[in-house]
Amino acid sequence: MPEQYAIEMRGITKRFGTKVLANDNINLNLRQGEILSLLGENGSGKTTLMNMLSGIYAPDAGQILVDGKPVSITSPEDAKRLGIGMVHQHFKLVDVFSAADNIWMGREKSGFGLNRRRYDEIEAMAKKFGFDIDPRKKVCNMAVSEKQTLEIIKVLYYGAKIIILDEPTAVLTVQEIEKLFAVLRRMKQEGHSIIIITHKLNEVMDISDRVAILRKGQYITTVNTADTNEQELTEWMVGRKIDLNIARPVVEKTRPLLEIRDLTIKNDEGATAIDKVNFYIRGGEILGVAGIAGCGQKELCEAIAGLRPIQSGLMIHKGDNIVGLPPKAILEKGISMSFIPEDRLGMGLAPSLSITDNMILKNYADAKGLFVDRKTGRADAQRIIEELEVVTPSTETPVRRLSGGNVQKVLLGREIKAGPNVIVTAYPVRGLDINSSYAIYDILNQQKQDGVGILFVGEDLDVMLALCDKIMVLCHGKVMGVVHAHKTTKEELGLMMTGALDLTDKYEDKPAGIARDTNITQEQLKAAQEEGEN
Amino acid sequence: MEMDKLGVVTTFIHNIVVYNIPLLYGTVGEIVVEKSGSLNLGVEGIMAVGAIFGYIVGCYTNSMLVGILTAFAMGALMGLLFAALTVSLQANQNITGLTLTTFGLGVYFFVGNAIKAVAWPAMSDYSSIKNGFADIAIPGLSQIPVIGKGLFSHNILVYLGVVIALCMWYYLNRTNPGLRLRAVGENPGSADSVGINVKRVKYLHICLGCGIMGIGGYYMGLNMSGSFNSACWINGYGWIAVALVIFANWNPTMAILGTFVFGFFNTLRVSGSSLAVAFPEALGWLAKVPTQLYQALPFIITAIVLVVTSVRKREGSGLPAALGLNYFREER
Repeated sequence: MPEQYAIEMRGITKRFGTKVLANDNINLNLRQGEILSLLGENGSGKTTLMNMLSGIYAPDAGQILVDGKPVSITSPEDAKRLGIGMVHQHFKLVDVFSAADNIWMGREKSGFGLNRRRYDEIEAMAKKFGFDIDPRKKVCNMAVSEKQTLEIIKVLYYGAKIIILDEPTAVLTVQEIEKLFAVLRRMKQEGHSIIIITHKLNEVMDISDRVAILRKGQYITTVNTADTNEQELTEWMVGRKIDLNIARPVVEKTRPLLEIRDLTIKNDEGATAIDKVNFYIRGGEILGVAGIAGCGQKELCEAIAGLRPIQSGLMIHKGDNIVGLPPKAILEKGISMSFIPEDRLGMGLAPSLSITDNMILKNYADAKGLFVDRKTGRADAQRIIEELEVVTPSTETPVRRLSGGNVQKVLLGREIKAGPNVIVTAYPVRGLDINSSYAIYDILNQQKQDGVGILFVGEDLDVMLALCDKIMVLCHGKVMGVVHAHKTTKEELGLMMTGALDLTDKYEDKPAGIARDTNITQEQLKAAQEEGEN
Repeated sequence: MEMDKLGVVTTFIHNIVVYNIPLLYGTVGEIVVEKSGSLNLGVEGIMAVGAIFGYIVGCYTNSMLVGILTAFAMGALMGLLFAALTVSLQANQNITGLTLTTFGLGVYFFVGNAIKAVAWPAMSDYSSIKNGFADIAIPGLSQIPVIGKGLFSHNILVYLGVVIALCMWYYLNRTNPGLRLRAVGENPGSADSVGINVKRVKYLHICLGCGIMGIGGYYMGLNMSGSFNSACWINGYGWIAVALVIFANWNPTMAILGTFVFGFFNTLRVSGSSLAVAFPEALGWLAKVPTQLYQALPFIITAIVLVVTSVRKREGSGLPAALGLNYFREER
């Protein structure tokens, strides 16, 4: 008798429109009571495949079997009934509802009146599964890890036996990831079958029993985790051999290029986003900024670029105060910013304009005469395409038609073209596959060797540890310390990110974030202090 | 002499309620629709359709209940059209709503003029309609001096409007279907992911809300004693209702208060002069205020409310987060 799988997907194919083949004849098995990693680069079709189990998409062809029986999943309701629960990457929670209501709203046969005892019932149920939550707390007041816990409780409450988690670790700190993995192992022991989507190899090795690999919508293979290694998995995932080491060239550093003192910034809601922050960047170094999403990185970048007013503090570039300067003047001083937001196209490039036009956007004001200088723009575009190996049909292709990696190369390329001395870059490899990511690291390292100071706001701690010279950790807008990348560990960074560890007073003789050979004059400091007091 | 003055106040309060209760119907109906995440700007047209059909069918059958039910059904039918266009066919909600207003007013005049060409039913000829719309004094409460007669002696549709508003508040906040409705309006994606049938919830509540608006339209027809002429009975009340939803912060009980506040200024415009005559020392200045200011006041207040609500923090706001956005499950 053949093995009875918890889930068997046979020949699943899914198209979007006529062009995009997201899943091509995929076969996937999930054993009873195992943790299966679904590994693949961005755009390899992992989420699409899982959404067909959770009822968000319907497959164009193929068959799904649950516990050996063929099923048809046409809606999330069907999936719920079959005991399949999915924790989506972007949480499916109602922000203004309490934790209990978020669970309660999906309850079947709940009658007409809203039960006042629902809070107690949800809390008791969560306890039974080993979770501690406040059922009355509203989702909008929750931390990311709390929201994720709530999502897991939610699928358990609906009686899911098969649990799918879509990149659950992307938003968590190291400590939170360990906690999550402990939860997953416990659920496995209780007989749940789990699929976890990820593209982080170390997590695959750590948590899963087996690994299934997808590449560009194709099914590659499924292997036992114990029988493989990271190098082999990478080759399956990317399709060729790749060097996983990130270079960190040692370059002679200059005096501080950009110095930040006592900087305080408010966010759009008026709350303090950056709180009395000190740091500096030298030429020839990459300063990493680590922190949980939304702890002031965006506001910091915007303030440096002159896009956001500051409350108080100093921003000194080569001895000149740049506070209050318009963005254009800051740009002319050689400070460039490239911010890759979550949707990747929002800031910096105009998606429906061509590469040429996006080049012109930055320097149209320098052109003489009344008309746009397309010739120079096209030449600039051509040079970037050649130098950075951008894959595009032509210089006139709208940017949004390019793949993510190429868009980000265009953005960085344009910023570098102006010959900046300080580059502020936030999430430059966000959502990129391994190949493109390494191309971006190379670009940054090249700039560093040319003596540029780089502020690198990142997400992946492994990358930051390998690429950056120093790492500044933010927690709720406060600096928790600036550490040397080759002397610290992921665990230490994780503790600092949650605020559990504060290394700002590590060196008694040198306050964190203040350079000994500072360019800041006493007058500038005094003026800033007086302003702060007023 | 003293009694006479108080009588003016009583009439003033009475008029606030009588002339403005359609706002409550429109507002509560629109709240129900918007809580499902649909922004329906067709209130004016929907009320007009409810009004004309409710009035004519009600008169022909000589039954106010049939009139109410017809008005509700015709409003709901307009809602069904809106839902089919925006929920199933994913049409833009703003444009669909505006189209419904134009369409509804067109239907109103088309049907009205067609009937008028044959024989217009005069309300006074239909005893059960006329008597059904007569004031009913609530025993006890209506005996309270000055405000008793003003607030607690009204026709049945006034009471029905308040009851509907209170019921809708309870429905939204204290029932499971209400919880699911709010979930759909806040985040249809998450509602869908837990197995709530988003389309069904939207269809049901768009129709329910539009039906309530239809009754409001019927009220306006009856309040005008059914005299059909070149001006539409609804007379812009549908638009004020859309603004009142924001004033009420998507809370049906607050809609009652909102109706009073707007009604107060509306009534000031119409009978402010009688107050000025009754109280020359205290309120004589009312007569000197240009009527244009009164006419503008509801809209000025709306503008102020809009500013205040946009400043208010997200948490206290009843604005459904997904309002105006069409939901398509497979959207990437």
